Amino acid sequence: MRVITDYFVKLGRKVIAALEKTGRGHMVFVKMIAGFDEILRRPSLLIRQLYYIGVLSVLLIGLSGFFVGMVLGLQGFYTLSQFGAEASLGVMVAASLVRELGPVVTALLFAGRAGSALTAEIGLMKATEQLSGLEMMAVNPVRRVLTPRMFGGIVSMPLLAAMFSMFGVLGGWFVGVGLLGVDDGTYWSQMQGKIDLHEDIYNGVIKSIVFGVVCTWIALFEGYDSVPTSEGLSRATTRTVVHSAFAILGLDFILTAMMFGE
Amino acid sequence: MTQSRNLEFMVGIFVAAGIVALFFLALQVSNLGAVSTEDGYNVEARFDNIGGIKVKAPVTMAGVRVGQVTGISFDKETFEAVVTLNIDSKYDQIPDDTFAKIFTAGLLGEQYIGLDAGGSDVYLAEGDRLQLTQSALVLEEVIGQFLFSKAQEGAE
Repeated sequence: MRVITDYFVKLGRKVIAALEKTGRGHMVFVKMIAGFDEILRRPSLLIRQLYYIGVLSVLLIGLSGFFVGMVLGLQGFYTLSQFGAEASLGVMVAASLVRELGPVVTALLFAGRAGSALTAEIGLMKATEQLSGLEMMAVNPVRRVLTPRMFGGIVSMPLLAAMFSMFGVLGGWFVGVGLLGVDDGTYWSQMQGKIDLHEDIYNGVIKSIVFGVVCTWIALFEGYDSVPTSEGLSRATTRTVVHSAFAILGLDFILTAMMFGE
Repeated sequence: MTQSRNLEFMVGIFVAAGIVALFFLALQVSNLGAVSTEDGYNVEARFDNIGGIKVKAPVTMAGVRVGQVTGISFDKETFEAVVTLNIDSKYDQIPDDTFAKIFTAGLLGEQYIGLDAGGSDVYLAEGDRLQLTQSALVLEEVIGQFLFSKAQEGAE
């Protein structure tokens, strides 16, 4: 009998803990967004975060975009040339980058590069009681520490995703036109004919903004909510990357179904 | 001070590069640079069969894109397809006896409307109708006709 009740106690405890964590996450999110006026008062806080989150990711994003574009160019050329449709290489490269790969791969790289760093930073601040210290000095740590990082992530992500897509298109152009001999004019004109500003590019930007919000939110909350020990910190960093990846891929499916579904 | 300036400079470059990338996608990759839909005039063409023409299909003249299809509807009384063509206002000297045909780009390519200029002195204007049209080529019908004529040859 005792075994059965123990089982239910454990189950109940887990569900309650999960709900509590979800609730804390949303509370922190609302507080972070509500601290927007702090950024207007001290723009230098946001600029510093844009540097750490955005500028330092540019090299990674640009290089990855270029290589992804080159691979798309090679693979696309191989498949399309079997149907004699090499002229559509530009459309294939641009459509897959702008619609899917740009926002998604950028967000995955962002979670690994910037998200984990944010979690570790906030978690260590918590472990060394810097956040409590701020509170002792009557400075709200959510507004002062988390809000600038949140908006830094939201602003950086669409810009990084656009750069990723741009470098990808150029990478595809380099392989397709430069190495495999697709006609330069056809590459661009077919692309311009088939890629729609509204349908493809706006939707890609919307996706990347959503991913920016979700990735930064997960990273900051995991750091803020981490157990302040070295083990807790390492777990929180791992959770950030894992949860971000799940959230990005799951949301990508939902957003794609909503945008391109009909 | 110099360090903070340096940081602000880098962020400025980053944001500017991001915006340049967005503009690159909008202008170089998408169809924004091509024919715009806002300015231009609409003409109507009636076809017995439009095949696979869809809204946004290109309208070309001598192979050059001059506009696009903006609407397709069905006339209940004459059983014809009514296609609205939006022609760029740059091309305002198209004779009103122009011939509209539906073509297919390549074997599997998309369908488009080709215009063959007529000889009239009167130019097309907003709301005009193209009188001369040729329907889309439906592959099954063509094959059917070919087989039929072959069969007749055999019978003679």
